[in-house]
Amino acid sequence: MSLNNDFAHDCVEMIHGGGGRAMRRLIDDLFLQAFDNPLLRAGDDQACFQVAPGRMVMSTDSHVISPLFFPGGDIGALAVHGTVNDVCMAGAVPLYLSAAFILEEGFPLSDLRRLVLSMAEAAREAGVVIVTGDTKVVERGKGDGVFITTTGVGRLPDHVHCSAARVAVGDKILVNGFLGDHGVAILSQRENLTFEANLRSDSQSLHDLVAAMIAVEPDLHCMRDPTRGGLAATLNEISQQANVGMRLHEKTIPVRQEVRAACEFLGLDPLYVANEGKLVAFCAPERADALLLAMRSHPKGRDAAIIGEVIEDERRMVRLRTGFGGERVVDWRSGDPLPRIC
Amino acid sequence: MKYIDEFRNGDYATEVARRIHAEADPGRRYRFMEFCGGHTHTLFRYGIPDLLPDNVNMIHGPGCPVCVLPMARIDAAIELAVRHQVILCSYGDMLRVPGAHRTSLLKAKAQGADVRMLYSPADALRIAQENPQRQVVFFAIGFETTTPPTAAVLLKARQLALKNFSVFCNHVLTPPAITGILEPAQQAGERIIEGLVGPGHVSVITGGEAYESLAQRYHTPIVIAGFEPLDLLHAILLLVRQCNQNRHDVENQYSRAVTPCGNAKAQSMVAQTMTLRDRFEWRGLGWMPHSALRIRPEFADFDAEVRFELSPSDARENKACECPAVLRGAKSPTECKLFATRCTPDNPIGACMVSSEGACAAHYSYGHTR
Repeated sequence: MSLNNDFAHDCVEMIHGGGGRAMRRLIDDLFLQAFDNPLLRAGDDQACFQVAPGRMVMSTDSHVISPLFFPGGDIGALAVHGTVNDVCMAGAVPLYLSAAFILEEGFPLSDLRRLVLSMAEAAREAGVVIVTGDTKVVERGKGDGVFITTTGVGRLPDHVHCSAARVAVGDKILVNGFLGDHGVAILSQRENLTFEANLRSDSQSLHDLVAAMIAVEPDLHCMRDPTRGGLAATLNEISQQANVGMRLHEKTIPVRQEVRAACEFLGLDPLYVANEGKLVAFCAPERADALLLAMRSHPKGRDAAIIGEVIEDERRMVRLRTGFGGERVVDWRSGDPLPRIC
Repeated sequence: MKYIDEFRNGDYATEVARRIHAEADPGRRYRFMEFCGGHTHTLFRYGIPDLLPDNVNMIHGPGCPVCVLPMARIDAAIELAVRHQVILCSYGDMLRVPGAHRTSLLKAKAQGADVRMLYSPADALRIAQENPQRQVVFFAIGFETTTPPTAAVLLKARQLALKNFSVFCNHVLTPPAITGILEPAQQAGERIIEGLVGPGHVSVITGGEAYESLAQRYHTPIVIAGFEPLDLLHAILLLVRQCNQNRHDVENQYSRAVTPCGNAKAQSMVAQTMTLRDRFEWRGLGWMPHSALRIRPEFADFDAEVRFELSPSDARENKACECPAVLRGAKSPTECKLFATRCTPDNPIGACMVSSEGACAAHYSYGHTR
């Protein structure tokens, strides 16, 4: 093969992960150019940077998704948003990312370039710098196109203490907008499903919304992004960690009509569907209205709502007051969501 | 969605619930069985039991297609995937149901079998066309609702003269299952339910008249209901009224979808491709005559039971599992010793804990703390 990468026609080959000239060329021509910054350009095996006094936050996440490109995003941008948001949920300001790619032999270089450019753009928007990375290639059939692992670090202001352990009885529960957009947008693109939905993934970095929230309410008790398993999994996790129960009010939970319709069609529950640009926040009840106002004043929180409150419950259950007037438990999901038969 | 919202209106629900409270005689007991698993799901998802008087109780019936399939049939499907190495296609819920020795299609898949989850039998046909060198089997289950789509793919497969496609047919029928519940009680001189919420989607195919003789023979009112929460609440009100008036008629609450005679085209496709089995085993109800369908001899080329040699199963149900009694309406899920202890949705022992339509799974997921 020629060492010059033809990004329009070539595919990933085993030699791209072999540690030789071809790998160097791919890194130089693609990753370095897209993510360009002095720390990465130094070309060392690690990134060396000054650490400000105080607490640092670190988080890592592996991203596997099918399809790799979907309405409203792709795995590249998602890999940035996912880790940036995990760092942000501590109330931290995200600073640096690492990115490790596992590429499958035969993956088109044109698609790889699209993903990497999208990733670079997402990093710029989030104000983070991709300072170190890794590339491996696996044989055809042993991967799913591309897997990306990102690790992020950020700086936590001294006065911020966001943790599930701080969630207390009486706290109000807020979300920043419509739930389930990402999961349904992905499902609508799966090859064995043929329903049409004009939905886009909500994949986005929440760094600026979090900053606006912290500015208004520095004493935020907890934030978490309800990704896999949706709102239900996130609230159950926090209930267990904080030894509390929760009561949600179905009428106040924002879910788009398209998402509700798709969930009806597939026999799924929007509370269990994944999100990539949403957060759940807990704060003292007397601060909830001010926090809600601040969220709604931000473009990424325009549809924010107070959806429930934390209650005392030794069984640590999440309960839902249905719009129909009854009450039910919102339990952990079991395994993958499987559509009902009829 | 506006149309759906109207069937979930909390204000209407309050009003219908008020009428049920007003009309239910405090001096009598109303036990109503919802036959269909979809109704069980709706009951719990919307917290409907909270809205009913204490003497109006819902009992879950055998209408979950995943729950009523006996272990031996699951074993046969696993054998098709593992020993015969076919591409085995089925609906999602079916994949988790345990067969003998705690295996399942999902576990077989993890160990290398080619098991694929489908949303429609038409996808199985497509997979067969795309893989001419592989045998593709559609693991068909369900009541009258899911039978016509299976019939449609059988007709299409014959038209395409596919050599590598077959159906493992496990379609079952609703009226014999209702008989299986009510007949033993009648013979024993017992009354186990005062009324029945008739299946909605099934009745779209069969028509409402299919239940007339059952209502008369067992002196049991039947109200066919849709799957929206207000449908169900309204059906309960109609059943209370019939009980109070000592009537036992078939009423059609789901008139926007169900007609007296049902869907003639669907019935015709099923009649062309399938015929009654002499008998079929149901989990919980045992062997029942003329309670299921098999593929007609004219379509034998597309019948997996003809094409593949299947071994007899040594399946044994867990003796402590109360799924059979739950399916007959004889016990509530919480009366089973395994419920929420050894048997959970993450680790189901019995089939009723697998499907979201199963009574045990619904109890566990939506209400097991109450």
